[in-house]
Order: sequence, then structure tokens, then C-alpha cells
Amino acid sequence: MGMNWKSLAAAAALSIAATGALAQGKTLRIVMHSDLKILDPIWTTAYIVRNHGYMVYDTLFATDADGQIKPQMVDKYDVSADQLTHTMTLRDGLLWHDGAPVTAEDCVASIKRWAAKDAMGQKMMTFVDSIASPDAKTIVIKLKSPTGLVLAGLGKPSSNVPFMMPKRVAETDPNTQISDFTGSGPFMFKRDEWKPGDKTVYVKFDKYKPRAEPPSSLAGGKVVNVDRVEWRAISDQQQAVNALLAGEIDIIEAPTHDLLPLLKADKNVTLYDWNPLGNQYTLRPNATQKPFDNPKVREALWYAFNQKDFLDATIGNPDYYKECKAMFICGTPLETNRGLEDKLTSNFAKARELLKEGGYDGTPIVLLHSTDLAVLTNLAPVAKSLMEKAGFKVDMQSMDWQTVVARRVKKDPANAGGWHAMLTSWVSADILNPVAAAFFNASCDKAPFGWPCDEKMEKLRDDYARATDPAKQKEIAAEVQQRAAEITTHINLGQWYQPGAHRPNVSGWLKAPAPVFWNISLK
Amino acid sequence: MIAYVLRRVLATIPVMLVVAVFVFLMLRLSPADPAAIIAGDSATTEQVAEIRSRLGLDQPILSQFVIWFGKLARGDLGESFFFKKSIVELIGERIEPTLSLAFVTIVLAVAIAIPLGVLAAYRQGSWVDRIVMGFSVLGFSVPVFVIGYLLIYLFAIKLGWLPVQGYQRIAQGVGGWLERLILPALTLSVIYVALVARMTRTSLLEVLSEDYIRTARAKGQIELKVLFRHALKNAAVPIVTVVGLGVALLIGGVVVTESVYTIPGLGRLTVDAVLARDYPVIQAVILLFSFVYVLINLLIDLSYTLFDPRIRY
Repeated sequence: MGMNWKSLAAAAALSIAATGALAQGKTLRIVMHSDLKILDPIWTTAYIVRNHGYMVYDTLFATDADGQIKPQMVDKYDVSADQLTHTMTLRDGLLWHDGAPVTAEDCVASIKRWAAKDAMGQKMMTFVDSIASPDAKTIVIKLKSPTGLVLAGLGKPSSNVPFMMPKRVAETDPNTQISDFTGSGPFMFKRDEWKPGDKTVYVKFDKYKPRAEPPSSLAGGKVVNVDRVEWRAISDQQQAVNALLAGEIDIIEAPTHDLLPLLKADKNVTLYDWNPLGNQYTLRPNATQKPFDNPKVREALWYAFNQKDFLDATIGNPDYYKECKAMFICGTPLETNRGLEDKLTSNFAKARELLKEGGYDGTPIVLLHSTDLAVLTNLAPVAKSLMEKAGFKVDMQSMDWQTVVARRVKKDPANAGGWHAMLTSWVSADILNPVAAAFFNASCDKAPFGWPCDEKMEKLRDDYARATDPAKQKEIAAEVQQRAAEITTHINLGQWYQPGAHRPNVSGWLKAPAPVFWNISLK
Repeated sequence: MIAYVLRRVLATIPVMLVVAVFVFLMLRLSPADPAAIIAGDSATTEQVAEIRSRLGLDQPILSQFVIWFGKLARGDLGESFFFKKSIVELIGERIEPTLSLAFVTIVLAVAIAIPLGVLAAYRQGSWVDRIVMGFSVLGFSVPVFVIGYLLIYLFAIKLGWLPVQGYQRIAQGVGGWLERLILPALTLSVIYVALVARMTRTSLLEVLSEDYIRTARAKGQIELKVLFRHALKNAAVPIVTVVGLGVALLIGGVVVTESVYTIPGLGRLTVDAVLARDYPVIQAVILLFSFVYVLINLLIDLSYTLFDPRIRY
């Protein structure tokens, strides 16, 4: 018996030693904002899947820290004088994770799959005559008429990102999830170690050839300084903070705002604003339901609201929010206040006047209230209070976020399972121009939930798609914003920022619209 | 005996059938749409409808049930809407942490609760009895997550003796496996210690007043033997019942405990599946839990024959 105990103790000691040895490699341990459940970044727009995409896949172009689109997998990029032929030559030495070379044929198939799913890609394809790969390294896109969407689309920073995949994978139906996860990005996905609800593992792709330029946001050289990255699925935010404080993890991508003071007080933790563009709160009215089918009634919302009340109630600390009327985000090339100068000031008298003009009959407004996501929970009560001060009757219905998601796609009458208004938040990188920002889509039934219907808006968005000159694009974007203010496709309720938190052993975390983990070093 | 076991096993079939119908209907009638969740914020109505069609959610509920049940009858639990993994594979990955947690919890609970219960009964009315009973009331009253956070604060953050969260598979080393299970098992065992200690005390008090205990004492048996050999064995039937039902109760407990301690077990899988409205996974896990519940009840009934020779099936 004594021998048995000794053997057991020896085995336990050996196993502990073995575990220690495993941990000696440079492993970056991160708690992301959610667990990774889906692995196809074209099939869904979920941000966690986009982040997975940035680990595993590479892009032809990428957005740098100044918002400029730069070549990434592309070496040379030429546009013909008539702007109808775009020629891209791939860099030398690009390899898939299985060792095969990346070819132009792979990229053509990838562009086609992305464009079948992504709203901006679909718009781009309306200008495209053909996409071809005359040789293994050259991609040629021929257009029917000039557009600025080729670069803007292929360098799109957020969902859906046009990630490049091998042809055999990219030929998967865009509405079916891929099952082969071979990429050419700086990390390889470890399918055998992926345990949903536990962890997602990536290892450094040794044969990845980074660009020579220094990294800048999503562009530049993607140099990996760690051997392995583990995304740990800790769903409880308090536990994620505990694990960071105890040194069991290195980074939390998005700790909730109420826990930031706890992190700030610890000398071993640094708060880091990795996404300077932040996020934007938004109210979406349902334009198909009375009384919001009347633009005057929707317009009253602009005058009822002010951004500060929403931001104070949700974020609280002014260090992490900014009042900003620009629908295309403050600090970006398309920033403007056009059409919104007198709005978002809680001018209740003006709101009441508009309700009267619109013939509002006191129909209760069904406002969907999400109760389980900390950054959204307090939005609806503030909206209710301000709307009631403006003369609306409000029926705020509380539910979990996934029920809001299910409910908002229903076109049923508001009093029979439908809705009038809901609140959400956008990652700013998704709404930087009128084509990418889904809520400007006013193509009636083909628009996302809320279904605004406006020919003028659609014409302006087409004009934007056709424009190739940045000054012209800026002017059209301002007109789009003005039109959005007139017909109230949606209402922007302020920008907010989500810092990450890391331990002192972490350095080199890049500022970018999506969290990326190349360039990070571990001490 | 064999005929009884067979009858009981056959009786589980209608129970599982009712559970299957009930779970299926509850999920389909709830206001949720997995397709809208998968599609994301930017999706158009057409895209959501396309996904719904791919998942078969646009078909009438009866057709969906027939398809699902047909597969189930062939032993095919289906595939997760989200994970692109078969449910059998998902459950296979998650079963070890849950079984480990349940095993360590039950062992810990029984090892602590029975001596405490015996002690409280033996010293009935004394300060020991009052402390044990006070602890029992506390154990019932304090929610699992509160106990969890308190233990984490003390043992993981302040003292740094144990890890805050996570799970290590037993194949990677018994030491690490046990190290990561101590806090969650302690957390989860508090309520069972309270339950089993109370039941042991009550049951033992009844037995201790029996004539044969007096006879055993009169024959000069030492008190330890009287308590554990004569009294405890005869008090075992209700205690075993409570321990067995405790295993069933554990199912609810692991959901919370696995979430607090980030243990990738069936409890976490259930929570994740419910939040994501992953219907096939929810259906499979609830069926599994129901089956385990029925099985445990059968095992409890059969175990009575071990403690009481008068019971025959």
C-alpha cells in the first residue's frame, strides 16, 4: 500500500512537472469579449469570428492607423487611366498553412465568396464586369464603370472582412459554413485543441512572410513574437478580472466599465485603449410600423434625445465616452455635423411640435429593452424617459439580448410581437461610410430590420459608390447624413470607448479597429 | 430482481419521450431565432431567411419534430447550429469535467457530512450539535455563486494557494486536476454537506433510541462501533436516498459552479447553448440530464437491498 501511495505521488509530481514544461513556451492568454462558436468569418458578421479571421487569414489590403488603405498581401497595385481596370500582383513567398503557395486563383474565389455575403461586396459587384487571374500572381478586376468600392471593399476593416482562403475552401456556398480552416495569416488555428466554452488555440505560422513596413493598425508587417495564443472562454467578467489580477491570463479584451476602477487600482494592470475609434450607440426605429411610418414622428426623436444622458447612464465615466453628432464617427475623414446642428439637444418643445404635425395619436411605442448586456441595459430606460418628456407614450418591454435579436427581425404589428424601436451599439469601424453602414440602407424590404424606404437615400448611396475622389465622397457622405436626419433611418447616441486590460509582461499591443495579436511581446 | 430492473429500464422510455416532446415544444414556442443570432447586426431580412431555411427552422414545427425525433431514434443527436461539431463530440468533450466535479463534490460532501451528522446526533443538544445545525442552515441559505466568490477571494486572490478558474484534464496530471477542482467542489459541496449532515443526524437519532442499540451498549461495545457499525448502517436508507437525490440536484449546481469557475463541462455547455438558442444542443443535454436523473433513481432503489435485507425486488 505504501508503495502505491509513493507511486501515485511520483506520478502526480511528474505530471505537474510536465504541465510546467508545456507552459514554458511563450503563450499569450487572452479573455476575448465572447467565446468562439462559429469559425467562418464570411458566414457571420459576429465580431468574435472577425477577430478569429484576423488571426488565421490575411487580406489583400488593410486599413492603417490613419484610415488609409494599404496593400497587405498585394505587392503592386495599378489602376488604369480610365479607372476601369484594377490590377493586383501578390507578394512573393505567400503560403497557405498547409505549405501550398497562395495563388491569384485562390484570391479570386475568396473575393467572390465574400462579395456574395457582404453588403459592401454586393454593392461593389454591381460595378464589376469580371474578376480574373491571368497568372498565378495577378488578379485583374474589370469594372463596368468606375467606383471607389474596390479598394474600400477589399481593405474593409470590419465585418465581413474579405479574408483570403484557398480556392477549395472559398468555393464553399457562402450560406454554408466552411469546414477547412486553412489560412495564410500569421497564426494557425489548432482545430484539435479548439474546445468551445473552454479555449481556442492558435500557434505561430513560422512560414508567414510579414511585410517589411512597420505595423500600423491592421496594415504593415504582421510580426509574431509569441509561440502560441490561447483565447480562454471566461464568461463571468468578475472571474476574468480575478484571473488577470492573479496572473492566470495576460489580457482582457473588453472588461465591463463597472470593473475598470478595480483594474485601474491594481499596479499590475494597465488599461489600454486599443480601439481609438470606439463604438457608437444607435436607436433604430421601425419605419414600417405606425406611427413611425411617418417621418415627422420619427424626426421628433432627434429633438427628444441628447447624447449625454445615454452616455452617462451606460458608460458613466467621461474618460470613456464622447458626444459626437457625426454619424460616420468623429475623427474620421467623413466626419461632419451636416443636418444635425440643432438636433440631439433634448428640445422637447420642438419634438412635441413635430408630433403634432405628424398627427401622433398616442399609440404606445413598443421599445425593446435588452437587460443582460451591461453596455446596453441602461439605454432603453433613458430613451423611454426622454420620449415621454417629448410627448410619446412608451411601452418598454424588457427581455434578454437574444430575444431582442429574434424580435427585431419580425415585421408583425408592434402590439402583436413586433416592435417600434430598439437600441444597439456599432463598432465604429463598421459604419465609416454610407455603403458599409447598414442602417443607411433604405431599400425597403431589402434593408436590415427597421426597413426604411427612401429612393433619394439609395441614389445618394449609389453616388457614393461611384465616387472615386475623396473630396467628392466626403460631400456625398454629408448629403447622406443630412438625408438620414430628414427621414430618420436611425439616431446616433454618442461614441464610447472600450479599453482592454493587460498585465505588465505584455507590450506591443497595436491600436486597431479589431483586436489583433501580432506585434505583441511577452516578458 | 432482473425482471424489476428490466421493468424500470423500460419505464424510462415513456419518461424520455415526454421530456423530448416537452423540451422540443418549449424551445420552438419561445421567442427566439437562432438564425437572427447567427446572421448578426448587418444582415438583411433575406439573409436571415436564408439561414433559417438552411437550419430547417422555416419548416412547420411538426415536420421539425419528426425529423429530429427520427434521427434521435437512430441514435443521431444531430449537429450544433453554431459549433460545426456533432453533439456527441461536444458532449464527449464536456463530460469529463462535469463527472470530475460531481465525483469530487460527492466524495467531499459525504466525507465531511456523515461524520458531522453522526457527531451532532451523538452530542444532541450540545454546542457541537448547534454549530453543525447552524452550518446546515447557512449551507442551505447562501447561494452557490456567493460561496464561490468568497472562496475565490480568500484562497485564490488573497492567499494565492489555488487557481482562480479553469480546468485541467486528468490525463494532464492528477495534481493539476485536483488543484483546479478543490475550490469548485468545495463551493458545490456546501449545500450537500448541509443536506446530508442534517439527514444523517435525524436518521441516526431515530436509530439511537432503538432497543438493539441499548443492547449493543449493554454488551460493552465501544461507542465508535455502536455508532458506525450498528446505528449508521441501519440509518443508511434515508441517507443514501438524500445522497442520490443530491447527485440529481448537482445538475443544477454544476450549471452555476461551472460558469463561476470557468469549467468547460456540461453545465457551461447548457448555459452557452441556451444563450445562443442552439436548439439541438439544448435538447440533447436536457435529454441526457433526464436520463441520468432516472438512472440515479433506479440505482438508489437498488442500493436499498444492500442496507436492508428485508427489501426485495
